[in-house]
Amino acid sequence: MGEREKLLEVKNLKKYFPVKGGVLQRTIGHVKAVDDVSFEIYKGETLGIVGESGSGKSTLGRTILRLLDPTEGQVIFEGDDISTLSNRKMRPYRKDMQMVFQDPFASLNPRMSVGEIIEEPMIVQNTLTKKERKEKVVDLLAKVGLPAEARSKYPHEFSGGQRQRIGIARALTLNPKLIIGDEPVSALDVSVQSQVLNLMGDLQDEFDLTYLFIAHDLSVVKHISDRVGVMYLGKMAEIGPKDKIFENPLHPYTQALLSAVPIPDMERKREKITLKGELPSPSNPPSGCPFHTRCPEAHERCKVELPELLHQGNEQYVACHLYTSEEK
Amino acid sequence: MESNAHRNIDPNPELSDQQPEKSLSPFQLAMRRFLRNKLAIVGIFILIFFVLIAIFADVIATHSPTASNMYKVEAKADSENWLGTDSSGRDNFSRLVHGSRISLTIGFFAMLFTVVIGVTLGSLAGYYGGKVDGFIMRITDLMLILPFLLLVLTIIAILEKINITIFITIIAFTSWPTLTRLIRATFLSLKEKEYILGARSIGASDFRIIFKHFLPNAVGPIIVNATLMMATMIIIESALSFIGFGIPQPTPTWGNMITEGNSLRMLQNNWEAWLPPGLAILLTVLAINFIGDGLRDAFDPKSNQ
Repeated sequence: MGEREKLLEVKNLKKYFPVKGGVLQRTIGHVKAVDDVSFEIYKGETLGIVGESGSGKSTLGRTILRLLDPTEGQVIFEGDDISTLSNRKMRPYRKDMQMVFQDPFASLNPRMSVGEIIEEPMIVQNTLTKKERKEKVVDLLAKVGLPAEARSKYPHEFSGGQRQRIGIARALTLNPKLIIGDEPVSALDVSVQSQVLNLMGDLQDEFDLTYLFIAHDLSVVKHISDRVGVMYLGKMAEIGPKDKIFENPLHPYTQALLSAVPIPDMERKREKITLKGELPSPSNPPSGCPFHTRCPEAHERCKVELPELLHQGNEQYVACHLYTSEEK
Repeated sequence: MESNAHRNIDPNPELSDQQPEKSLSPFQLAMRRFLRNKLAIVGIFILIFFVLIAIFADVIATHSPTASNMYKVEAKADSENWLGTDSSGRDNFSRLVHGSRISLTIGFFAMLFTVVIGVTLGSLAGYYGGKVDGFIMRITDLMLILPFLLLVLTIIAILEKINITIFITIIAFTSWPTLTRLIRATFLSLKEKEYILGARSIGASDFRIIFKHFLPNAVGPIIVNATLMMATMIIIESALSFIGFGIPQPTPTWGNMITEGNSLRMLQNNWEAWLPPGLAILLTVLAINFIGDGLRDAFDPKSNQ
């Protein structure tokens, strides 16, 4: 499948947050929120990123959008490295990538009307005339299933699902190519989740969008993704086509995650893998494979050597010593 | 909100103002809550009363506030001098009326000036963080460790000649740190909001983010504190005038009118000389505080329910 066009390529991306301490606020360590992550997103696909809280998924999304400056590594969008651009040079690229945020109650400015919120990206990027902008606002509201009257209302007059639709409309305003969804449905009711997910699916077809979909809910990711990446402690544990990941998970962590998904089938029984302990602190990650402290199949080698993300056939990559030859 | 046929019949007309036909912005909602606060309305009426006196001082006053009549010094109230005269033979009533001008002007402009300094520095510190923040906050700390009254007295003593403009500048120069800290703290709490990230993700300029996203959401604490600060400014003016470091005579202010009560004889016999300006200060400050509290309740989202 080499003919697919790469839209975004992330190469060895790192984002460390300094930990300050002591009287003089010296840097005494780093939280390695995103630690050496590489992957690519192809045009028109949806890449789902899953992981526990604190695994660095949101930081990854924000670093790609340059809302945070990467510590190291490259973010290549349509062939251009955007990881070191100044804010001013970054501006034209912002048109092409937008974000849908997690908390629909914090992602809309409470002092702006819905019309102003959706119009703002066009004012900032100076794309259309005033009249065209107003028309586009109504058009976008219709696209996300809200009435045109909504534009003169304020965010507090809407429910969570409606607000998330407004957030999606704002993200669509500039006709972006890539939309990063930072857990866009995790704050919503399950019934509303599916509506918003379906809306995002429809919009993907209509506007030719590419999604990077961050979530901690595997069933949500399964519903929307073409490929899935599993993150653990700032690193990519496994990445591959959705079917492969869900039917044949290779990494013990992915296996444990999948066994935790409830299946609506009383007949089917399966072994549930329960992970011991908590996610280790990303400021002091374990040596070797970050997962070895909780891995049911950990052996000596896992404690010392960091496994690389290696191809296991069928586009499936996994970072685990169980699949690397011992001789190396 | 929708004009469906069945929505037109309102079964409970008393509740209808809780579901407004027109959409109200959070600011308008806050104002609506504010106007339901009875104490705040009382405060507004008292303040309007004093503002009207200040505006029409020339009409209301019976004498010139600075003209002294040396034949009639420290007189008791009579039909000509309704509140008697002071130690220089000036008409107390006219001075009280004109004093409202000075006190309110100083209170308002000192507050305004402080807000301008506080909002500017607080926004810069809160928004940019890092070195800018460190620098501004260290100056703020420096200002805060100096005892306020001592600092003001020193500056006034050095400058010697004091007029209203200089006085306002001095007060603003010494009172900005608390407001700066408050604005900075508000900015820091807003910084984590996703709509700020959203604004940055569309490429909005710093200027736009500060003015469109931060400041409108910080307007509650700014207004509340500015209002309460105005009351403080009036007290400061009175206190400084009382100890003789305020606006110099013969300019009438409520503060230097109270100074007349300094002597035991005036305090015991001529209550009409010092009680009215004292009451005027009390009422004005009380009224402004009522308004401030009302605004605080109105802007606090928790008072929504």
